[in-house]
Amino acid sequence: MIVTSFKTNMEVLVNPFGLPAGLNLEGYRTVFELGGFFTYFRNSIVVTGISLFLMLLVAIMASYPLSRYKFFGNRWIYFYFIIGAMLPTRLATVNIFEVISTLGMFDTLFALIAIYTAMTIPIAVFILTGFMAEFPSELEESARMDGAGDSRILFSIWVPLLRPAIATVAIYNFIPIWNEFFFPLVFINSDQWATLPLGISQFFGQYQSDWPTAFAALTVAVVPPLLFYLFASKHFIRGLTAGAIKG
Amino acid sequence: MRFRKRVLLFLVPAFVIYSAFMLIPLLMSMRVALYEYTGIGDMTFIGLDNFQRLLFESPYADRFINAITNTLEFFLYTMVFQNVTALLLALALTRGLKLTGLFRTIIFIPVTISILMIGFIWTLILNPNIGVLNQFLEVVRLEAWATAWLGNEATALPTVAVVNAWQYTGLMVMLFIAGIQSIPEDRFEAARLDGAKGWNIFRHIIFPAIIPIVGIVTIMTLMGVFNQFDLIYAMVGSTGGPNYAVDLLGTLFYRTAFGGVGGQVPQMGLGAAIATMTFFMISTFVIGMLYINHRRKRGEM
Repeated sequence: MIVTSFKTNMEVLVNPFGLPAGLNLEGYRTVFELGGFFTYFRNSIVVTGISLFLMLLVAIMASYPLSRYKFFGNRWIYFYFIIGAMLPTRLATVNIFEVISTLGMFDTLFALIAIYTAMTIPIAVFILTGFMAEFPSELEESARMDGAGDSRILFSIWVPLLRPAIATVAIYNFIPIWNEFFFPLVFINSDQWATLPLGISQFFGQYQSDWPTAFAALTVAVVPPLLFYLFASKHFIRGLTAGAIKG
Repeated sequence: MRFRKRVLLFLVPAFVIYSAFMLIPLLMSMRVALYEYTGIGDMTFIGLDNFQRLLFESPYADRFINAITNTLEFFLYTMVFQNVTALLLALALTRGLKLTGLFRTIIFIPVTISILMIGFIWTLILNPNIGVLNQFLEVVRLEAWATAWLGNEATALPTVAVVNAWQYTGLMVMLFIAGIQSIPEDRFEAARLDGAKGWNIFRHIIFPAIIPIVGIVTIMTLMGVFNQFDLIYAMVGSTGGPNYAVDLLGTLFYRTAFGGVGGQVPQMGLGAAIATMTFFMISTFVIGMLYINHRRKRGEM
């Protein structure tokens, strides 16, 4: 893909697997000169970033009582939260549309943020609850005795230990959200709120025979997920060493 | 831990967002399983007819049973190709060997690639005429094995399962590593002092400690496989490959609910019935696993 983006169109057609004769930057020029590209890019960053942050925050909070407390209905609520991962989300499109337009969120980035946050909560709650339930209670007992409340215990004892799980959840959900194409297609109307996958599909439409340009657009789109992975995996490994329970 | 009602407030934000934008719309949509409905226009109430069609009426029942069998087969392949591999890799990557960090990154890269891209790359690799795989088999004198991997009824399903495993092994490796690393170091030391080696350490120390992770990985695989659609669509199209050989519950659902092939009319109602049945199958497994997990924890206390 990266190689193809540096070729000339002729080279792609004649020899699809060979190396290009020289670095042809024409494809990248076309991509960056198109005004829309930066808008799509920015929208994608905003939507993915906010959805991930919001999802992690609310899922961590919800996993805490579900995994550390016994109370009536606990397991039913847990099951309620993971039902979303067992049903095909797109089936709900018509009904989600009603909710979104009632709230006046149609054709805004809020629509996408709300849907992506809701869509990723089930797997996040599932993984985080699974990990948090295994932590030994001794770790929180001394903090309890010092009078620490639930939010203190959650955010200063469990969250650092959860880092590997949090990093896994974040990376796992980053990719589908970043590449998601269906919901912007349905809920975004104006070009200024289009996200990258939607924008790229237009590229493919407009530049159907212009392979280097299409591939240049795809290459640029792959950079943020890779950077994000490198960033999160550093936390993953650091979390692992911090999380090693000596005892 | 002593339970205080205030802690339930922690559930509220997730509950509100999830219910409003996902679960309530989903459950409302499931209702159309009881109707004859094309997605637009009128809905006719037909009771359980959709379910009856799926279970007993040709050709719906044939497709449905075929999709269930394929899905189960795909699940078994995935457990072996993806999860057993992931566990072995995780064991190798937690021994403090050189280049571990680099290896972890390489294994994880496929997880970050978009599914459409993966479909595109792999269909090229597997292409019977210009694909790298068959050319490679020729070089190593195994040209008798070369085949149209995705066009052959016998190989299509395992091939797609391998590609799916190739993509997600890295994620499962991460989960296993997270589980293995949280085992206290002194347990290993004690075992080593007792003279335990390789297999025994795995059997008596590592495996019992990662049972919860094995459960998480199995359930995630189950939920993924029973709703698998994108990769199959990208590799063999929404009809599920040669003679429905890779037609899983996910592809059958999309094809039925949203139509598509050759101007086929969407049958939202029938699609919702497929999704409902799929849901019951997954949740039976999941509730079973949760029950086993519950028993295990009670046993520990």
